[in-house]
Amino acid sequence: MDEGRRVVLRSAGATGALAAALAAGLLRPERVLAANWDMSAFRQKTAADALKSIGAQDAAMSKDVILDVPEIAENGAVVPVEITSHIPGTTSIAVVIDKNPFPLTSKFNFMNGALPYVKVNVKMGESSYIRVIAEAGGKHYVAMREVKVTIGGCGG
Amino acid sequence: MARPMKIRASLKSGYTDIRVLMAHPMETGQRKVKGKLVPAHFIENVTVKVNGKTVIEGQTSQAISRNPVFSFRVKGGTKGDKVEIGWVDNKGESNSIEAAVA
Repeated sequence: MDEGRRVVLRSAGATGALAAALAAGLLRPERVLAANWDMSAFRQKTAADALKSIGAQDAAMSKDVILDVPEIAENGAVVPVEITSHIPGTTSIAVVIDKNPFPLTSKFNFMNGALPYVKVNVKMGESSYIRVIAEAGGKHYVAMREVKVTIGGCGG
Repeated sequence: MARPMKIRASLKSGYTDIRVLMAHPMETGQRKVKGKLVPAHFIENVTVKVNGKTVIEGQTSQAISRNPVFSFRVKGGTKGDKVEIGWVDNKGESNSIEAAVA
């Protein structure tokens, strides 16, 4: 237990985002220990940093990652995103929305026969590029599309 | 407080189609009511199991829409396979639901 607490303190010092979150009282330390949630990636505030935090800064554009989104989303609170990866051995898919306050929206890991496919509804604060990053064999592949939002979905 | 879920798992040609709906506010922590911020409250982890074996582990942020709906696909499958989906949110609340593939 003590050992675990030291680790959390050290990493809190190392990653500003986590330190800030702790300071703001957003999180209780015990939850950081318990959660299987990539806090540092989800707290990044720019798409570039979010990509870096999931190791995808050098992702190559790929036509084998199919991203199906509406061109115009009337309601930014519910934007359907459908992703299929045709890259053999795809192990994960992540969805990043460039202009959202926290660009990384979700990441799905596939194993034991799951197909690299997911459909999910996301919120968009304003018109933005949506990028999806598929990971296969340690390499990252990206597809992106622009979605125009007429009514923002963040805040109220 | 129970947050209900709905699930449907159906056999298609070559894969099992899994759809799930989770009742959840998915508060971003940025929305204000009467000038006060509503604290963030959102699902962080989604796990899909087929016959007890984990097939998909998802991590989600506050940018997933309210009352999230997900579709997943798993290769193959037979009628009667047991599909189980669970979630955990940032306040430690959780729920799960089970269905047989139809």
